Amino acid sequence: MKKINLTTTLLAVLAIFTIACNGGEKKQVIENSETDEVSVGYGQSAVKDTVSAANVLQVAKSLDDFKTLVTAVEAAGVEDALVNAGPLTVFAPVNAAFDKLPAGTVENLLKPENKSQLAMILKNHVAPANYPDTQLSKEAKKGRKLYMASGKYLVVEEKEDGIYVGGTKILKTVQVSNGWIHVIDNVLVPTE
Amino acid sequence: MKTIFKSLLALTIVSTVLSSCGNGGDKGKQGALSSSAAEKVYVAPGEHDEFYAFVSGGFSGQLAVYGLPSGRLFKVIPVFSVDAEKAYGFNEETKPMLNTSHGFIPWDDSHHPDISQTAGELDGRWVFINGNNTPRIAKIDLTTFETTEIIEIPNSAGNHSSSFVTENTEYVVAGTRFSVPYPQRDMPIKEYKGNFKGALTFISVDPEDGAMDIKFQIMMPGFNYDLSHPGRGKSHGWFFFTTYNTEEANSLLEVNASQNDKDFIAAINWKKIEEYVNNGGGTKAPTNYAHNVYSDETHSATSTMKKEILIVNPSDVPGAIYFLPTPKSPHGCDVDPTGEYIIGNGKLAAELTAHSFTKMLAAIEGKKFDGEAYGIPILKYEEILGGSVKQPGLGPLHTEFDGKGYAYTTFFISSEVVKWKLGTWEVIDRKPTYYSVGHLMIPGGNSRKPFGKYVLAMNKITKDRYLPTGPEVTQSAQLYDITGEKMELLLDFPTIGEPHYAAGIPAELIKERSKKIYKLEENKHKYVTKSEADGKVVRTGNEVHIYMTMIRSHFSPDNIEGVQVGDKVYFHVTNLEQDYDVPHGISMIGANTSELLIMPGQTETFVWEPNQVGVWPFYCTDFCSALHQEMQGYVRVSPKGSTVPITYTLDGDPIGGE
Repeated sequence: MKKINLTTTLLAVLAIFTIACNGGEKKQVIENSETDEVSVGYGQSAVKDTVSAANVLQVAKSLDDFKTLVTAVEAAGVEDALVNAGPLTVFAPVNAAFDKLPAGTVENLLKPENKSQLAMILKNHVAPANYPDTQLSKEAKKGRKLYMASGKYLVVEEKEDGIYVGGTKILKTVQVSNGWIHVIDNVLVPTE
Repeated sequence: MKTIFKSLLALTIVSTVLSSCGNGGDKGKQGALSSSAAEKVYVAPGEHDEFYAFVSGGFSGQLAVYGLPSGRLFKVIPVFSVDAEKAYGFNEETKPMLNTSHGFIPWDDSHHPDISQTAGELDGRWVFINGNNTPRIAKIDLTTFETTEIIEIPNSAGNHSSSFVTENTEYVVAGTRFSVPYPQRDMPIKEYKGNFKGALTFISVDPEDGAMDIKFQIMMPGFNYDLSHPGRGKSHGWFFFTTYNTEEANSLLEVNASQNDKDFIAAINWKKIEEYVNNGGGTKAPTNYAHNVYSDETHSATSTMKKEILIVNPSDVPGAIYFLPTPKSPHGCDVDPTGEYIIGNGKLAAELTAHSFTKMLAAIEGKKFDGEAYGIPILKYEEILGGSVKQPGLGPLHTEFDGKGYAYTTFFISSEVVKWKLGTWEVIDRKPTYYSVGHLMIPGGNSRKPFGKYVLAMNKITKDRYLPTGPEVTQSAQLYDITGEKMELLLDFPTIGEPHYAAGIPAELIKERSKKIYKLEENKHKYVTKSEADGKVVRTGNEVHIYMTMIRSHFSPDNIEGVQVGDKVYFHVTNLEQDYDVPHGISMIGANTSELLIMPGQTETFVWEPNQVGVWPFYCTDFCSALHQEMQGYVRVSPKGSTVPITYTLDGDPIGGE
């Protein structure tokens, strides 16, 4: 959604550019802007880097399972936070998790006027910390809670069939360059 | 009303466009605003400069990386001096880089950077630079922007006519400024004449990996070899060195070395000498010099002492070396992009001399000699003179070229840059410098293809140009736009140390190849730790080796016990990150070689010799992450002979298979 808006704006700016600067050198600028998905003025998520290990956002974007999550991240405008040095531990709901929400919830959250509410929900899935699964099970044993970027605490439990966070089971764990992604199949809606 | 509104709108759009229209040099044609110097050097936040400039740090011994036209400083690359910021010369891995036949030399005087070339054009692979004091040539790899090789130059002293490359980087050349006894020996100084020699050293460069090796050394008469440049194009295969003190004075040179009306430019046919050497020519002589190489795989340097060198005497290869008489102690020796003109900048001369390469060949062919010096033929001045620039200024030092038929020469005494035309020798323009300019640089100026957009003048004296900072004030670089007939001063910016010379290159030729991380799986460091589980602490006698890792935001192990007073503790620390621009640092209280800055995938080592019982912290010195302040640990130091065993843990648990 946001991408569409951005592209439109970009095109409008480019049009002005083309009219005003018809020198060869200016054309170069235009071409650059067109090839970049986002141009100068945007944050770290615009950095081109094909060498480093993939970060949270790059991994999420590369997998179809996280299509809804990525759409939500873009709508909330929190891409830059997910590529930050962190470290970050992200509990990433798969598409099916969003489908479990009452009908119309996702569509509603994606509306521009609900941006801050959406961001709040997303932040409830991110801990500004380095928690591999081994560390999570230690946290569970010690009875510690996880402090999330939303300001809320999540309970960690180790059960026979695995580690649970906020009552939902961690299905899979992926190490990323700036932390960890733990895959879950429920959305962790912050409780009031 | 409507019209006014429309005009306002138009104005707004126009001003938006003007402020956002690129950084091109040609925008000067678009109106009054665009002719401002400020706009020409303005590189908007987030935009990149068009050129890299590698500016020597002179007595700092380093090489600074600036952007042009902005004059922004990006990095200081440690070369010949230790550097606390990057632990260069302090960590165990880089200490061997500063080894010489005189032992470990912690700083030097860096002078003339030159960028590698292929087919006479900049290829952006390496920068070479000379250490002037304890003679050495260094190579900086432009993928990592780090010094990866340093070779010492034996039989040399005051390594000044260096480090210029031939047009396929076949050789990087180092000529001695001070002649010295050869071989070195205990002898009276006043017996200089005839006994001292001037060594010109040709270092071959491997076309694949850039490995340097001294191929041969020409043992020239005992003059001072001041500067040099390679022939190019038609004169490729030759190398030219200015000389002064052809009087061979050994004291009060300011008077005694200024007696001869003309000194020489030595013209060396290195291809001919190379052929001689390849056919078994030259004399193998004993020597002792250091060759230091840093590997990106082991992240470590080695130093090897070389014991043999191949010496060539000029008389061994007739027809390979000639002297070109050049007025008054010439300093700069510069060859134009076509290779036809060899410019001698006579420091004390009232004119600039341009020798013609074509005429030089004809004079050699026709044996137009004016005697000889130590068996080397002196060509007749008037037979080789291509032209001269009359009364161009006072104290000429160096000349660069724009590739459009113009040359630019610096004048120290009259503090100016003078633009003149090759062939007609007429002065086109002159602009003041602030003050007493030394070298100047046009990107690609020492190649067949200069990028004649800017000239950078490097000043020795600044006095009132900046806010005063006590008796020592910064030296400076000044940027001029040279795209028009007249030069235009755009910018003044301070430099690191004394900017002796610089080499510039379009950013496009380098930036895409700049390395982002070191691959952890390719790390071949002897003490690498590739995962947290592999961390350990090993005691051997009184040596303790700590195999430690770092990742956002902890060290592993971070609690270590069993170290004793009097131990020699090696911290071998590997940064496990594989993410661009995420180095970690480490500092240990009381360690005098501490403060390493370790790049992703790299291993570095420091030594700590604890001399006090207690529990001592270490911490990360680079603000790596949101939890950087939490990145810390403790080492327990017990009295000598204590029974406390070695243990190492993270979060209370033993590491790996302990």
